[in-house]
Amino acid sequence: MKGRTISRGCAKGEVLLSTDPISFLGSVDPKTGVVSEENHAIVGKSIKNKVLVFPYGKGSTVGSYVMYQLKKNGSAPAAIINLETEPIVAVGAIISEIPLIDMLEKNPYTILKNGDLVLVNGSEGYIEVIEQEANEIEK
Amino acid sequence: MYLTREEEQILNGEAGNTLRQAIEILVTLGDIYGAERLIPIKSAQIAGVSYKTIGDAGLEWISDLQNKVKVPAILNPAGMDLKDWDKLGISPDFAEKQKSIVQAYEKLGVICECTCTPYTLEGFEVCYGDHLAWSESSAVSYVNSVIGARTNREGGPSALSAALIGKTANYGFHLDKNRIPEVSVDVECPLQESDYGALGYVAGKIIQNKVPVFHLRCVPKADELKALGAAMAASGSVAIYHIEGVTPEICRLDFKEPEEKITIERYQLDEIYESRRKTCKEPELITIGCPHCSSAELKRVAELLVGKTVSKELWIFTSREIAKRYPDYIRIIEKSGAKVICDTCMVVSPATDSYSSVMVNSGKAFSYIPGMCSAEVVYGNMEDCIEEALGRTEKKAGDSH
Repeated sequence: MKGRTISRGCAKGEVLLSTDPISFLGSVDPKTGVVSEENHAIVGKSIKNKVLVFPYGKGSTVGSYVMYQLKKNGSAPAAIINLETEPIVAVGAIISEIPLIDMLEKNPYTILKNGDLVLVNGSEGYIEVIEQEANEIEK
Repeated sequence: MYLTREEEQILNGEAGNTLRQAIEILVTLGDIYGAERLIPIKSAQIAGVSYKTIGDAGLEWISDLQNKVKVPAILNPAGMDLKDWDKLGISPDFAEKQKSIVQAYEKLGVICECTCTPYTLEGFEVCYGDHLAWSESSAVSYVNSVIGARTNREGGPSALSAALIGKTANYGFHLDKNRIPEVSVDVECPLQESDYGALGYVAGKIIQNKVPVFHLRCVPKADELKALGAAMAASGSVAIYHIEGVTPEICRLDFKEPEEKITIERYQLDEIYESRRKTCKEPELITIGCPHCSSAELKRVAELLVGKTVSKELWIFTSREIAKRYPDYIRIIEKSGAKVICDTCMVVSPATDSYSSVMVNSGKAFSYIPGMCSAEVVYGNMEDCIEEALGRTEKKAGDSH
């Protein structure tokens, strides 16, 4: 499935879907990668090594640097898929070398499920579902 | 986006990893915003300097970069006075981190003067039509609006990337079509001095990110334009404004009057000054110099303080270069017990955090202090601020303009 390249590189991981936008400053612990924002769709979950799917970024421009810190601490997502990326997350993904694709030809929330194993090829602008998660109860 | 052969090579990593990342940032932002190509810039001004705002995350990223900037590049205010940091009770730990950030920028060839008014510095002149990559929102507003140069509101990494490559993507306020007035703002009442900061604060909330054209009944001075733009960029995200008969672009180009019209009246500005009566506490700290004081503002502060002694903390912020140029003003101000502080400001320094009520003459500081420093904020003109610091305000309270 094709999308738009935001940050190059290629990585695979398990899908973690967030229906809420993410502010990396304040919402995510830069050491552990656990989402800490109260009432957030994925509060308490770790984004570490996941293919993190969220609509778009929000909040402070410092968020870009926090993504870099996550990467250096080994707690960054393996790759990111957005509906439409805004500059804070775009810049953060590039400086952290996290592959990022947005504007997929199909809505990622309808075709991807938590736990699916997905490859994100940021350099060539596509994603590929390698393994569907068997248990589809969790949404 | 069209790239030259040389730009393609940099993007493919042939000039090393730092430049590859830098151009990738520029190209990606260009793609997001529909730029067709990269264009050369004259200078860059880089945000993301205060340790209070960027923390260890930012320090790590900047320290890991290589190469040298290709155009003159200068920094945003830091979190402390880089020389006299203990004057405001900054902790040694913070000072150490802050110095490391500035040194990391210095290694990249960035001029380590930390100011939000770089357009006043020698060797950093900006002219009509120049393309720039500047970050600090009040400086962006000033050069776009008052000088007629062209810059987007860059984030720290994108401004630094532009400086390392010497170019930026051609979108947003670099293009004529995005600089055209979208909303007309009519202000009938006469305005002076801090009224412009109050007007900017009120207007920015209404206008948000649109391009306004003001119809005023008086001609603002440079410092008043600075205050207006700074406040609008803080309470809204206005990056360029025009004033009929005043700012250069509207004087040269034939803009059509926008259909959307708003009127701002005196009572709306008075509500900002009313903050003095509404707050629970007396101001404990009075700050002037957001954006950094010009020579004219320093002179005025010195005139108001000469031969007097302050009874409250009074901090005057300016750039190091302006402070060096006017040692006589600095001497008069410091003799009163007030402090002149360079390289930083009341918003980005952690020093402000230890006060629970702060008085300002800046619409920008008025907008940011409650959220960024967790303090109550009181608005007044420069004279009232100085009076407050001298402890002579009882008789004037509530009549502050």
